[in-house]
Amino acid sequence: MSRITPQEVREIAALARIAFDDQEIARLTGELDAVLAYVATLREIDTTGVEPMTHAVPFDCPLRPDVPEAPLPAEDVLRNAPRRAAHFFEVPRMMSAPDDGGGSPGTS
Amino acid sequence: MIDVAGAEIAELAGRVRRREIRARDVTEAFLDRVARFDGALGCYLRVDAGGARRRADAVDAAAAAGRDPGVLAGVPIALKDIFVTAGVETTCASRILRGFVPPYESTASARLAAAGAVMLGKLNMDEFAMGSSNENSARGPVRNPWALDCVPGGSSGGSAAAVAAGLCAGAAGTDTGGSIRQPAALCGVVGIKPTYGRVSRYGVVAFASSLDHPGPLGRTVDDTAALLEVMAGHDPRDATSIPAPAGGYRAAAAAGAHGLGGVTIGVPDEYFQPGLDAEVEAAVRAALDELARAGATLVPVSLPHTQYAVATYYLICTAEASSNLARYDGVRHGHRADGARTLDELYARTRGEGFGAEVKRRIMLGTYVLRAGYYEAYYGKALRVRRKVAEDFAAVFARCDALVTPTSPVPAFRLGERTADPLQMYMADVLTVAPALAGVPALSQGCGFTRAGLPVGLQIIGRPLDEQTVFRVAGAYQARTDWHTRRPPLTAVPATPQGQP
Repeated sequence: MSRITPQEVREIAALARIAFDDQEIARLTGELDAVLAYVATLREIDTTGVEPMTHAVPFDCPLRPDVPEAPLPAEDVLRNAPRRAAHFFEVPRMMSAPDDGGGSPGTS
Repeated sequence: MIDVAGAEIAELAGRVRRREIRARDVTEAFLDRVARFDGALGCYLRVDAGGARRRADAVDAAAAAGRDPGVLAGVPIALKDIFVTAGVETTCASRILRGFVPPYESTASARLAAAGAVMLGKLNMDEFAMGSSNENSARGPVRNPWALDCVPGGSSGGSAAAVAAGLCAGAAGTDTGGSIRQPAALCGVVGIKPTYGRVSRYGVVAFASSLDHPGPLGRTVDDTAALLEVMAGHDPRDATSIPAPAGGYRAAAAAGAHGLGGVTIGVPDEYFQPGLDAEVEAAVRAALDELARAGATLVPVSLPHTQYAVATYYLICTAEASSNLARYDGVRHGHRADGARTLDELYARTRGEGFGAEVKRRIMLGTYVLRAGYYEAYYGKALRVRRKVAEDFAAVFARCDALVTPTSPVPAFRLGERTADPLQMYMADVLTVAPALAGVPALSQGCGFTRAGLPVGLQIIGRPLDEQTVFRVAGAYQARTDWHTRRPPLTAVPATPQGQP
């Protein structure tokens, strides 16, 4: 009985942007399977016509006057960056370089 | 010299305001206790002694100059490390936030500071508030002051243990599914999850936004009420903050001492099911008898969807967590994996290295249930069942002023006892998640001890926005009992030098 396969766990890990080794994938497959079996008990409840409840307290999204306020100073925000270049956060390249022969965004 | 570690918050602040004692001396006394005793407990992730001394001196200077130093003048408090503090490292007990020094302050901690409270430091917790035992901290577990081989509960385990051991006069925590109430119960202190939106979430690191409730923990009902009176109130920086008058909690607690005439208390059958420890049940039943003697009318009630609350909670909180925790990517703050050649590789390796096992498990579950094709079957279903759970409460509150139940089905369990099975750990929250889903206020206070000397917690649940009745019932119970006067024995083990997560 298996609600989730190791291959699906790998797909979820790719969506969640988390690197796992094979041992972790195997362990997670078992753990997620157990939790999914448990939460399946919700199917016993008839929720026909029940509106989803997205917040505990009903509220109207409040509006404030559209007046600019001072943001945090850029230097305060950048101070925590592990890598920066001048006033920018520095990251590895997002696209493969042309001399790699192209490729899809984000692949190495 | 008064016993500052044994004094109530109102007494401490009153003496500082009247200049009978100096805030600086109170702060030094607590810093000394932390240095002597926290090595055995592990409550503090970071002690900000220099900052605490500066804040205490400012309180003394204000009092000396004839200015009002605030209702919490000189009261030493500590914050769960989920509240961002300007200039003081904030990690959520995670490797991924190591070294993060926030450029701004949470509203809740800013309000406490503005009232004169002296922040001593940041407290240990389950990583990103995900856990029920404080064993999911990147900096190691917290030990229960009543039994060092037992957990303090979680996720606000450092907050509850520090208050119980007198390593701060009060603390701030957060409760998403029980994370204030369950550790309060396991450590024998008072903690309240107020109505959702009562206390601002601005500057509280997000776990599950529709369920995150900041709130206070204190040794007594009055201490907890005094802290909530300062923390509660509308904040334009939190769109879900409630624009309704707050306060009156100390007065309500004091009124409870005059009895509970006219108060109807519901006792939900579903909270007294198999799995409830016999000693816990006996203590809670005895507390119900005490509330009846105080004048309350007890009526049996039913909350039929209680058994589905844990499953509903874990679907919703993991879905929201998978979204909220997407921001930890090694770019703007905290941990960053070395040597990644592409942005995607940087994200995946940073998150793989930076998050602990439980956080990764919850992000994975949340990503799964939000996935195209599964969304309605899991997340959509859970949102509909959440409404059924909330409707249960609305129905019983039509004829009850409050509900009284156990907080945790079991007293503190041993370190390591439940870590192997995530599902078993999730069941620690079985009596606290439903009020969180409904957003109603709920408080835990001590109502006895097991034969092994472990505290038992009593949960008092109120109508939305009616914290006053919750405090009235809690005040009535405390006035007739003396559990809150007991103190755990402390072992002198100096705090270890500050490490890194």
